[in-house]
Amino acid sequence: MSGTIPWERVRRAGSKLTTPLLPDDYLTLLNPLWSSRELRGRVEKVVQETDDAATLVIRPGWGWRYDHRPGQYVGIGVQVDGKFQWRSYSVSSPPQRSYQPGSGRTIAITVRAMPEGFVSSHLVGGLEPGTIVRLALPEGDFVLPDPPPEKLLFLVGGSGVTPVMAMLRTLDRRSAGNGRAMPDVVLHYSSPTEDRMIFRHEIERLEEKYDELTVHKLFTETDGMLELADLDDLCPDWRERETYACGPGPMLDAITEHFEAADLEDHLHLERFSLDLGGDGGEGGEITFRNTGKTVEVDGATTVLEAGEEAGIGMPYGCRMGICHTCTLTLVSGKVRDLRNGDEFDSPNEPVQTCVTTAVGACTLDI
Amino acid sequence: MAISDVQEYTHLTDEEVEQLGRELDAIRKEIEESRGDSDAAYINRMIRIQRYLAVAGRLTLLLGTQSKKTRVPAAIAGATFLGLHKILENMEIGHNVMHGQWDWMNDPEIHSSNWEWDTAQPAEQWKHSHNYIHHQFTNVLGYDNDIGYGILRMAREQKWHPVYLGQPVYNALLASLFQWGVALHDLDLERIRKGEKDPKEMKRQLRQIGRKGRNQVLKDYVIYPALSGRQWKTTLAANATANLMRNLWAYVIIFCGHFPDGALHFTEEELEDETRAEWYLRQMLGSANFNGGPLLHIMSGNLGFQIEHHLFPDLPSNRYAEISVKVRALCEKYDIPYTTGPLYKQYGQALRTIIKLSLPNGMTSSDQPEPPTPSRSRKRKSDSERPSRIQELGVWSRGKSTERQAS
Repeated sequence: MSGTIPWERVRRAGSKLTTPLLPDDYLTLLNPLWSSRELRGRVEKVVQETDDAATLVIRPGWGWRYDHRPGQYVGIGVQVDGKFQWRSYSVSSPPQRSYQPGSGRTIAITVRAMPEGFVSSHLVGGLEPGTIVRLALPEGDFVLPDPPPEKLLFLVGGSGVTPVMAMLRTLDRRSAGNGRAMPDVVLHYSSPTEDRMIFRHEIERLEEKYDELTVHKLFTETDGMLELADLDDLCPDWRERETYACGPGPMLDAITEHFEAADLEDHLHLERFSLDLGGDGGEGGEITFRNTGKTVEVDGATTVLEAGEEAGIGMPYGCRMGICHTCTLTLVSGKVRDLRNGDEFDSPNEPVQTCVTTAVGACTLDI
Repeated sequence: MAISDVQEYTHLTDEEVEQLGRELDAIRKEIEESRGDSDAAYINRMIRIQRYLAVAGRLTLLLGTQSKKTRVPAAIAGATFLGLHKILENMEIGHNVMHGQWDWMNDPEIHSSNWEWDTAQPAEQWKHSHNYIHHQFTNVLGYDNDIGYGILRMAREQKWHPVYLGQPVYNALLASLFQWGVALHDLDLERIRKGEKDPKEMKRQLRQIGRKGRNQVLKDYVIYPALSGRQWKTTLAANATANLMRNLWAYVIIFCGHFPDGALHFTEEELEDETRAEWYLRQMLGSANFNGGPLLHIMSGNLGFQIEHHLFPDLPSNRYAEISVKVRALCEKYDIPYTTGPLYKQYGQALRTIIKLSLPNGMTSSDQPEPPTPSRSRKRKSDSERPSRIQELGVWSRGKSTERQAS
């Protein structure tokens, strides 16, 4: 449908009427989703999953690509006390490639309110349907391949179930809708108590529906944490399975150790929501912020974002872990190094992610 | 007459200057900590109103002018809507967003790093000439290009030349073509005249201005008139009127910021070893406010609070009114002049200076007020002369001591 109208050309022509703004800036007066300047979405529904977790069903606006792969996460920005705060959450809904009449296309993320996590609490308890949120495109390598492996093991703790739920729903839909076989799946799901187990009922329904799906539930408050030594009893053929693990950091550390000991780390896929700063820092240097002329001397461990905040610059920021690209600024001159992998950026006027880069000698940023 | 040492000029001791600096820092901190939902709602409301005004103006001109009966009222209404939209965008939204006043919201669509305003000047050049040069070196002769914009002679220290006899005419031209004057501002005409400007940088800036200016001109003078069909002349005239409205208004407001009597100039000696507190003091002495109601302040981008804006250029403009109450109290406390007056009077003084300084100094007299004399003696005060201290807060307060004693 959209192939026949060259939208990009229409938009460019329209911008001659709206310069220096874009047509989108005026269209949002009619419908806040009619803009592709920044990805955004409208909260359609808030479904309470447990006492402290809720699923947000979001209808994305223009520019969204519905091609996320099961297991990926998206960035979501919400305005709390006037300030946009960004977090990343796994998409729990399966990808919807085609438009479904009546319902339109939506994505769902499931959020657990963390103690002292004021953004997650706001998302779970404070969002009214109709709220406009900002979105960042799906990312992440923790994905279910297509076709899926024949034998799968999911090791899940707490809200780590969300990316796995997207995978299970995808497998279910393919099997129900397209008649493809359900692979042999074992799901080991740890939760403090039964009440706090997100998607408990849906998982039970799936377990009933598919013989190929085996579910182990572990209530850690009464029964203790998963001992990986027990894996041989719970799932004797775990060594033959592709394993996907998502949950709290210590749990993932223990799993990694266990798989490394068995020399099976190639068959383990992990999702961790924290920044892995593997690369070396820069040498440090003097960072200049062009618009104010402010300068700040930093060491090689301080990110450009932190340096700017220290100098009192209103730096844009999002996830602070290199995911959402909200913090991207133009590097006017000089060189910065990416903390994650040591990549260096030194072309003039190159956009750089300030939250994961450090200065290598003197550099100037356009802000 | 230009001041080479703000501290000496105000007769404040080192300690008093530092204390003033701390009190101003405290005001900043208080505002920073209390920014929230209502401020975010304010700027979003302004942006929405401004965009509705733009749409209303364009549609009124496109459709309303087609019938003979509605042509004249539509042209008047359309030009008014457009003029208001441009004024609101340039003054309360563009200027303030580019200062970073709304960066704290972390909203990429309302952010100093990528805002482009609805005027011929490219944002990048404005942020350099205005945010950096003008706000850092405010009113320092030879540094701040805003003292006459390289066209007018606005300080008696600037050398007279017969070319300045035409100053009233240049002033009228600058006022009516203000957006183009602003567009050329960062080129730094004076440095070009002296041959100090890097030709490569100049070419780059000119290209940037050309691109932005072309789009602005196309929009108002080609595309919208063309869309109006046979009524293209009406739309063209209305658009030109809207631009003129904005130009004159912006010019008047901006000339009230630093040119009324009482806004002082400084020599470069002042910049040497200037502390943060002395910088504050220079901003207060170099700026002038004007009085008015909330609507006037919104339409002038809250630059009627020029003193507050220069103290805190990156705090949200909707808070300047409440800041001004505190700044004024500080000025009284430290016996620092606080220049303000009605808009017509402030502009009248600026205009008088423009006309006077078109002539050599010998033929005119200065209108700058006398420096404050050390009215209050600097010797140790007796207890009865001292302001009473609010014990529990540890701060000094003026007046009302009787009330407190009574309670």
